[in-house]
Parts: sequence; structure tokens; C-alpha cells
Amino acid sequence: MSEIRSRKKFNAGEFTLGVHSWLTYIFLYLPMAILVIFSFNKARINAVWTGFTFEWYKVLFNDTALAGALVNSLIVAFISTAIATVIGTLTAIAMYRYKFPGKGLFDSVLYMPIIVPDIVMGISLLSFYVFIRFTLGLVSIIIAHVAFNISFVALVVRARLHGYNKTLDEAAMDLGANPFQTFMKVTLPLILPGVVSAALIAFTLSFDDYLITSFVAGIGSTTLPIKVYSMMKFGVTPEINALSTLILFISMILILISQRLGA
Amino acid sequence: MLTNIKEGKLLKKNIVQIKDVVKRFGNVLALDHVSLEIPSGEFFSILGPSGCGKTTLLRLIAGFEIPDSGEIFLEDKMINSTPPYRRNVNTVFQNYALFPHMNIYDNVAFGLKLKGIGRAEIKERVMRSLDLVGLSGMGDRKPRQLSGGQQQRVALSRALVNEPPVLLLDEPLGALDLKLRRQMQVELKSLQKRLGITFIYVTHDQEEALTMSDRIAIMQTGKIEQMDIPPQIYERPRTEFVANFIGISNLFSGNLRNGNGKIYTLTTSDGFEIKATGEGIRPERNATVMVRPEKIQITPGEPKNMSHNINILQGKIEDMIYLGNVIQFIVKLKEQKLIVLEKNYDKTFEFKPDQDVFVSWDIYSTFVLSERVENERLFAQV
Ligand SMILES: Nc1ncnc2c1ncn2[C@@H]1O[C@H](COP(=O)(O)OP(=O)(O)O)[C@@H](O)[C@H]1O
Ligand SMILES: [Mg+2]
Repeated sequence: MSEIRSRKKFNAGEFTLGVHSWLTYIFLYLPMAILVIFSFNKARINAVWTGFTFEWYKVLFNDTALAGALVNSLIVAFISTAIATVIGTLTAIAMYRYKFPGKGLFDSVLYMPIIVPDIVMGISLLSFYVFIRFTLGLVSIIIAHVAFNISFVALVVRARLHGYNKTLDEAAMDLGANPFQTFMKVTLPLILPGVVSAALIAFTLSFDDYLITSFVAGIGSTTLPIKVYSMMKFGVTPEINALSTLILFISMILILISQRLGA
Repeated sequence: MLTNIKEGKLLKKNIVQIKDVVKRFGNVLALDHVSLEIPSGEFFSILGPSGCGKTTLLRLIAGFEIPDSGEIFLEDKMINSTPPYRRNVNTVFQNYALFPHMNIYDNVAFGLKLKGIGRAEIKERVMRSLDLVGLSGMGDRKPRQLSGGQQQRVALSRALVNEPPVLLLDEPLGALDLKLRRQMQVELKSLQKRLGITFIYVTHDQEEALTMSDRIAIMQTGKIEQMDIPPQIYERPRTEFVANFIGISNLFSGNLRNGNGKIYTLTTSDGFEIKATGEGIRPERNATVMVRPEKIQITPGEPKNMSHNINILQGKIEDMIYLGNVIQFIVKLKEQKLIVLEKNYDKTFEFKPDQDVFVSWDIYSTFVLSERVENERLFAQV
């Protein structure tokens, strides 16, 4: 028996890998596919397909509370990304260029927000705001997002700087460029792809952050993830499916752009 | 001709002066009390083995490093703490350091744009500069589209377009193959003469330094061992290091006695007596004398000319190496071996390995090398 089968030998490694990738596809992409499909479903319940419609997208665009949350999320994401990208990039360059006492310690502290669990960050930020009597609102959210995004930006830009030839900066200065001109005309254009992909990652992280935001958001500063979560208490509606589909679509475009630039 | 150069030197002002400069990196002493003066318009080479501090010296002049002590002067101004972008020097970097995101035109125009020069003038000067290095019409290309030799020319053009009074070049031809290197050496030298710019040229290629330079500084472990015009460096190396670093040398060590005036006698451990010349040398000590291989004659019998001004030693041919225009002999004396270079004429072929021969040379071709105090101190410690 076994001799007959041995024409195609059983390979445990190949088999595991195959099963693994199929499971990945099923559990990761199948739910997404279902979500997208049901966002166009006429039925109110996510169970049976009853026909195609754009109805839920119309409902979505007429929902002012949801629109308000979306605007809040965009404001927070844009401003916190801009600030975090500038500070994170400059930090990465400073860390790359200069040696200073306590650099190792600073390095570890810089990447803390990536390692520390979100819940700990949320609680500590909230206690801090309460301690300094800072009113919770969009500003407190933005500051919190800047705080964790700086680390991610610095990490991504630093990876890009790793292969950077410092002699190019010296060549610019040798030709008469002061440090600022050197940065604008030589360093920045060469690391720009890294900076842009860092900004895209920062934007995504800010846009979909739920946990930290839920601690530091105040009344009237509901962001999209918080709003969606509160809507979910009444079950997954086709409206949420439509919203998720849109976000999925935009995220995919951003990821494609960042991959293009990273290459 | 030598006196002409010396007279010329007196007329010209020193454009770069380095006074007693020390530079450390951690516990590495990269420059150890270096002093030098470079007159305007000179082709000055810094020659030495890898790691001896050549690049560090250039970087101090360019402003990328600050000396721990000592002073650097450019056109009579002390520039120790002047940042690189305010120094009137330009650099051709070892690996060219062309800006990869700019085309050749923008690379060359970079310095001029920063100076706020008008568009039309920039264009004219960039074109002229590219023309000078034989790259006209290449302006639109990106650096990576050029060959190594072309990139080297762009680096040169990008520096020269600013018309700096001093150009620093760090092994600019090091990455090129031999043939291209020889060609570029000739071009660089003629360019330097034509433009009258002071070149401070770092190299580890002794032939390059000898053929191109007005003056050469030989460096070793952060110190300048000797600074002289090329013939002097070759004919009168002052230390054992220079004698070995430039060309081939035969060295004899032994006890030195003063004969009369400038003539000294060295007795080697295998009993040979060698006369040598020297000036201001302290006798009655162990010393080393040197003679170049091409100064030595090799004869089957004792040389007829019995002048007192000749060193004659007896030996045996150990090996003969055919080098084309010259024949290299390895002659074994009692313990020591001697390298002799003879012109390739018919009689040279009459010699055979294992033949007993005489070697002789003028005592004025033999020099007592100066002691390196540091070395003696170093050995004393061991
Ligand atoms: N930035 C630096 N940090 C530490 N050591 C350095 C640095 N630059 C040069 N050195 C050391 O100084 C010495 C001289 O280096 P360099 O001037 O580059 O030599 P060369 O150009 O003659 O090969 C070497 O021992 C080198 O390792
Ligand atoms: Mg070097």
C-alpha cells in the first residue's frame, strides 16, 4: 500500500505550510470579503443575500453623528501625523548623526510606547491629564496620538537612514550649504520615501486607535472607532459594513502607496 | 631646476598653514603634532600607508573635524572653528559623494546656486566646468548612469566650478583601474598647472605622488616623517620608514664611526665596512645606512677603479630576475642579501646564478638614516 502511494511523498513541512496559509486566508480575508459583500445586501440582517443595493452607503452619508465622528478622526489623524512625522524624523536624524551622553537610555525611552501595552498608555495619559487639570477633548487626543506616533515614525525613518551615506551631507556642506540647507536639499529628498511611509503608518495608527483614545476622549470629541464601537452594541448593521468597506478601501490605497515608496 | 623651485617658493605666500595640530579619536592618536606650510599654487601630496592619518588631516582642513590642539590657517586667517560651509576650500571625496537624486548639471551647479549667483552665469560656468573635464553633454544624466571614471570627473568638476583657492583630494583615483588612473594623473596635473589652484592630494600610491607632486609629505602613524620635493624624497630619504616606503632600499645596520667630516664608517655584524655620508649625525652608536639598488654595480672581478670613494663588497649571485629593461640580482653577502638592478645590456647575460661577484657603489650614494627617537624609546620599554 505505502509503496503505491510513495509516488508523491508526503512532506510534513509542505503540508503544515499549506494548511497554515489556507487558515490565514480563511480567518483573515474571508470575514473581510463577507463584510464587503453584505455592505451591498438589501436585507437588514447579515444572514441571507436578498439583492444588491447602495442603500446603506446613502444612510451612511446622511448620518450626521457618524459624519461628525469621521471629521474628528480625520482632524486628529492629520494633525497628530503632521506633528509626529516632523518630530519623529528630526529625532531619528539626531540619533543617527550625533553622539551624546545618555543616547542609549534615550533610545530605549523613545521606543517605550511601542512596547508598553495600550491600556497602560491610556491609563497613564488620563491620570496625567487629570493631574495637570487638562480638559479632555480633541487636543488631548491629538497629544496622546503624537506621543505614540513619534516612536513609530522614528523607527521607520531610522531604518531608512541606516543605509544613508553621511559623506553626502559633508559634500553639501563642503559646497557651502549650512546645516538647514543641507537637510532640505540633500538629506530630506533622499530619505523622503521613508518619511512618507512613516507618515502613512502614523496616519493609519491614529485613525483606527480605539483603546488609548477611549481613555483621553472627552464629551463631543468622539472619534470614528469609538462611535462605531458604540453603534455595535446594537448589533452589526449594514451601515457599519458599508463604513468598514470604505475604510478598508482607503487603507488599501495607503498601503499600496507606502509600499511603492518604500521600494 | 631644484633651485628654481626653491626660489619660486620664496616668492609665493603660504595659503595653508598647519601649526602643531593634534587630533585624537578616543585613544587613537590620528595626528601627532603635525605642522606644515603649503605655498599658493603648489601640488602638495600627502603619502602614507592606510590609517596613518591622511584623511583626518584633509578633514581638518575642510572643517569636518576640529583639532584637539594646534592651529589651522587658510589665507592667513585662523579657521580652527570655522564651519566647513564658510571655508574657501572644496573637496573631491574618496568615493566621489555625488548627490544621487540630482542630475550631473545640478550636482555641478550645487555650490554656485548656494552662493546666489544668477542663472545665466551658473549655466555658463557649469558648462565650462563640465567641458574642462570632458563631460559636456552629460548634464542630464544621473550619477549612477556614469562609469567610475566619469563620476570621478563630475566630482572634480563640481569642486572646481567654485574656483576654490585650495582643492582637497582624498585618493581621487583610488577606485579606478590602472590604465585610467595613469591617464587621469596626467590630466589632473595639467589641469592643476593651468588653473593655478593649490592641490592638497592624498594618496597611498608612491608612483602617483612622485610623478605629480611639487612636494610630498610622507606620513606614518599620525606624524610627518619627511617633507620634500620628489627627487629629494627618493634620493635622500631621511628615515628607514621613508627609505622602505618609497622605492626599494638596501639597508645595512651596524656600529657607526665618524671618519672625517661628512664621511662615516659603518661596521656590520658580519664584518663589512661600509662608508656612508651624512650630516649632523651622532656617531658611536648603532645606525642604519641605505643604498638604492640601481646605484650598485655588479662585476665578475674586482673593480679597476680603486678610488677611496667606493664601497666594494664580495658576494655570490643567488638569483637573477628578468624584468625586461632591467635585470634584478639578489646577491648574497655573508649574512645579508643585497638587491641590485642593472640595465639590460648584453653583458648582463654573462652572469650566472652561484657566480662569485663584486658589488660596488659610490659612497656618496650611501646615507646614514636618522634615528627615530620615538622608536628607540619604544624599544627601550619592551
Ligand atoms: N571618526 C573616527 N573615529 C574613530 N577613529 C577614527 C575616525 N577617523 C579616523 N580614525 C582613526 O584615525 C586613524 C587615521 O585614520 P585616517 O585619517 O582615515 O587614515 P588614512 O586616511 O591615512 O587611511 C586610523 O587609526 C583610524 O582608525
Ligand atoms: Mg583615507
